[in-house]
Order: sequence, then C-alpha cells, then structure tokens
Amino acid sequence: MAKRRILVLIPILVSSFLMLLPFAWMLSASLKTNIEVFKFPIEWIPQNPQWQNYVTIWSKIDFGLYYFNTIKLTVIITMLQLATCSLAAYAFAKIDFPERNALFVAYIATLIVPFQVIMIPQFILFRRLGLVNRHLALILLQAFSPFGVFLMRQFYLSVPNELVESARIDGLSEFGIYRKIMLPLSKPALASLTIFTFVFVWNDFLGPLIYLHSGNLRTIQLGIRMFVSQYSAEYSLIMAASVCSLIPVIIVFLACQKYFVEGIALTGLKG
Amino acid sequence: MKRTTRNRLVAYSFLLPNFIGFLVFTLIPVLAALGLSFVKWDSYSPMQFVGLRNFQIMLKDSSFKIAFWNTLYFTGLTVPLTIVVSLMLALALNKGLRSVKIFRAIHFFPHVASTIAVAVVWQFLYHPDMGPLNQFLRMIGITDPPRWTASTTWAMPAVIIMSVWKSAGYYMVMFLAGLQGIPPHLYEVATIDGATVWQKFRYVTLPLLTPTLFFVLTMNLIYSFKVFDQIYIMTQGGPGRATMVLVYYIYMQAFINQNFGYASAMAAVFFLMILGVTIFQFRLQEKWVTYLD
Repeated sequence: MAKRRILVLIPILVSSFLMLLPFAWMLSASLKTNIEVFKFPIEWIPQNPQWQNYVTIWSKIDFGLYYFNTIKLTVIITMLQLATCSLAAYAFAKIDFPERNALFVAYIATLIVPFQVIMIPQFILFRRLGLVNRHLALILLQAFSPFGVFLMRQFYLSVPNELVESARIDGLSEFGIYRKIMLPLSKPALASLTIFTFVFVWNDFLGPLIYLHSGNLRTIQLGIRMFVSQYSAEYSLIMAASVCSLIPVIIVFLACQKYFVEGIALTGLKG
Repeated sequence: MKRTTRNRLVAYSFLLPNFIGFLVFTLIPVLAALGLSFVKWDSYSPMQFVGLRNFQIMLKDSSFKIAFWNTLYFTGLTVPLTIVVSLMLALALNKGLRSVKIFRAIHFFPHVASTIAVAVVWQFLYHPDMGPLNQFLRMIGITDPPRWTASTTWAMPAVIIMSVWKSAGYYMVMFLAGLQGIPPHLYEVATIDGATVWQKFRYVTLPLLTPTLFFVLTMNLIYSFKVFDQIYIMTQGGPGRATMVLVYYIYMQAFINQNFGYASAMAAVFFLMILGVTIFQFRLQEKWVTYLD
C-alpha cells in the first residue's frame, strides 16, 4: 500500500513542480537586475534582491491608474451581474409563466455563441451609441451574462419548490421570497458567480483591447501588454508588473478555492 | 387578476433588468452577426450588400486557409494532450492522498492566472538564446535546441505546450468531481470478483467517467478554437503566419483593417465550426457516453 502511495505521489509532485515553476521563475526574475534575469544556472533566490523594481513600475507607467480602472470595472460588472442574474434566474427557476421555456432557450442558445463571433456587431452597435473608448461599453457588454443566469438557475432548481410554495401560502410576495429565502440560501452560488466574474473581468484582454483606446482607460492586462512593447528589454520590471497583476487573483483564489470547485460542479456536471 | 397574467407580470419584472441588457447587447448582435457577413463595409464608405462574395474571397485568401488549418492544428494537439494529462492527474489525485486540496490548488492556479501575465513569462522562458528552457536543454547535451516562438516549426508547439500547462488543472478538477461521483460499492464488488487494477479502470471507472469526459471534450474543443490571448502576446500570429489562428485573423481584419463585412463572414464560418463540432459531439454521445441513472 505504502509503495503504491509513493508511485502515485511522484508524478503528482513532478507535475506540481512543473505547474509552479513558471511562477517561481517570474517571482525570482522580478527581484533581479535585467542582466541577472537570464543568467544560467538560475539563481532562484537573488543574492541582492532588487525590491525597488516594485517601486519603479508604478512610476515608469501609470500602473496605479490601470489598477484602479480594473478594480472599478470588476466591481461594477460583478455587482450588476449578481443583481440582474439572480433576479432573472429566480423567474426562470421558480415562477411558472407561459414564455418561460422559450425565453430560457434563447439564453441557453446564446451561451454557445462565443464572444469572438459577435464582437463585430457589438462593436458597431457601441460605436453607434457613442460608447467606444469608454468603460461603460465593457460594463454593458459583460453585466448581463447569460452564463450568470444559467449558473444561478441551476442552483435555484435544487431548492425544493415546497419551500417556495409554503412561503407563498404564508403571504410572502415573490420579491420577499427571493430576498428572504432564495438569496440567503444561494450564498454558495452567489460566491461562485462573484469569483468567476471577478476573475473573468480582471483577466479579460480582448474586450479592453477592442474598446479601450485611450491610455487613461487601460486595464491592467492592456497595461502589461503596453509595458512589454514599450520597454521590451526591462525584463525584471516586466516580471514585477506581471506579479503585481496576479496578486488580487491569488488572494481571491486562496480565500475562495472551495467556491471555484463548487461552481465548476454546478455549471458543468449537473448540466 | 388571473393567475397566469399575474405570474407573467411578476416574472417579467424579475427578468427585465437582465433581459434588456441581454437582448440589446447579446441577442441582437447574434442575429446581426449573420447579416453582416453578406456586406462589404469598411465603416467609412456606406455598407454594400455583396451576397456571398465574402465567402468566395475567403476561399482564395491564403491567410484565411492558413488560419483555418492552424486552428485545427492547435486544437488537434491541445485537446487530446490536455485530456490525457488532466485525466492522469485526476486519477493519481483520487487515490486517497491526504493533501488533495493543496495539489488541486497548485494545478488549478495556472487556469485562474491571467493569460497575459503567464504568456509574457513563457515568452521569456522560451527565449531561443537566453531563455532558461534552452539553456537547460543545452546543459543536458542538446546542442541545437528548438528556437520555439522564433521558429516557424516550433512556434505552434510552444503555444500548445503553454496552453496545456495552463488548462490541465481546470479539467483535472472536473475529472476529480466525476471520479468522486462513482459509487464506491462498485469497486468493492469488482474487488470481490477479483478484478485487476486495469480491469477496474477499464470496466468501472472509464465507462462511468464518460459523462465528464464528454463535457470536458466539448468545452475543451470550444476553448481551443477560441485561442487568442497567448497568440497575441507570444507570437502575434508569427513567425510569418505560423501561428495565425482564426480568431487572431478575424480580429486583425475587423479591428486593424476595418474590414467588418469580411471579418464577420469569417466569424460566421468560425461559429459554424464550433456549432458543427458541438452537434457532432452530441450525436456521437449516444454511442459512447454511459449515464448511471
């Protein structure tokens, strides 16, 4: 038995090592001078760590502003998604109305249409509306995701109908049921949706690339891309900026790992 | 008020905030996407209906053909590699290791990390002369290692390796969930019947994992078709057109060259590819997917 454990453990350890290696290299490179970055054999822990790299990046480009922009977009989009998706999902899961199935099919059908297929008509629409090169474009684009409705509905379906029915008999309004019963019960699903949206918006690249042209609107991902093209030889600064761009995601990930996994199970396997 | 009317009113008031946004910014663009593929439009001169011309141009456009084949090349290698790696990892992790959570987190993290940041790191790792990967290869005696993203032959494999690395953990989590859903008593019965480890895998695990496998395969295919971020950062479709994939080419035609009509036609073809593969998958599903219920 012990022998088999080890047989299993070795490949897992090797692959864990490979998974972490690029991150370790990034962190190590971010604390070196540009000359030291590519020295071989790799000096994993720099003898003379260049902490000032983490100071320089904030003045070299408008990193603070990019951070702020990204946080702003992430917070607004996530809040709007939570509100609108959970409301719509309640109607789909717990209210019986004639067009329910037809409307839900429309939602599901667009779920399989990737953003890349509709990015052109969306862009033309937003240009007509005069919203290109404004954060509002991305907010409107991402705040009403059919995915969020789908995820919340899947969760609501698992709440017994009897619970809702008896609340109705007790005279609670539909909004009352949603607010007092469904929302408190659906905390895990709301948490999953929050995390998915947060990570998606934080990491989104193509959306900002299409819509945000002015320097003062850039998100952190665009900022890194710009940093790389403007200062391509500043290896250690580029790595320091990349580390900084990952930190919020690392924190959210470590704090809420459970909800990532639950969310995957919710949207995928119960399908 | 009649019950149906009342329900309808209540339902629509719940739906409205989301539905308006969904209608205007998703549903209408979906319908418009098709229409745009039949026009010629550079966004400066007026829109012009050209029928199937965009599709005819596509057939003669060598860049489109290259992008099409490159997308299949990327998908054809990324999907099977990712599935094999993630399934093996899940099987190993499912063997009752005490610290499953830590290993799961380590493998899942590359999926959560931004593709941009990660692609920048890999681009450095792949640097043909100074990069740690090639320095390592030279150290172990490979005098002439691949030039990775700088070589037309190796650029695509480089992007593929990075993509498998990034997403294997995500699918591993799905497989783990699937494995944990297999009732343990089936293994007990198999053990009593004297089944070997391989027989248990072949006749218990694998059949009961097919729903997960089906889901993973479908998702993974769609994700691979959509590859863009890592290409944009690591190779910009190059060297030459070696890593030019469909989404990258559509992006270039639409937002750099302002050929909105032509790009829309390609987007329509791109969508048909995804739709075709998905429908094919669902058709084939009956043949090999086993549901326990």
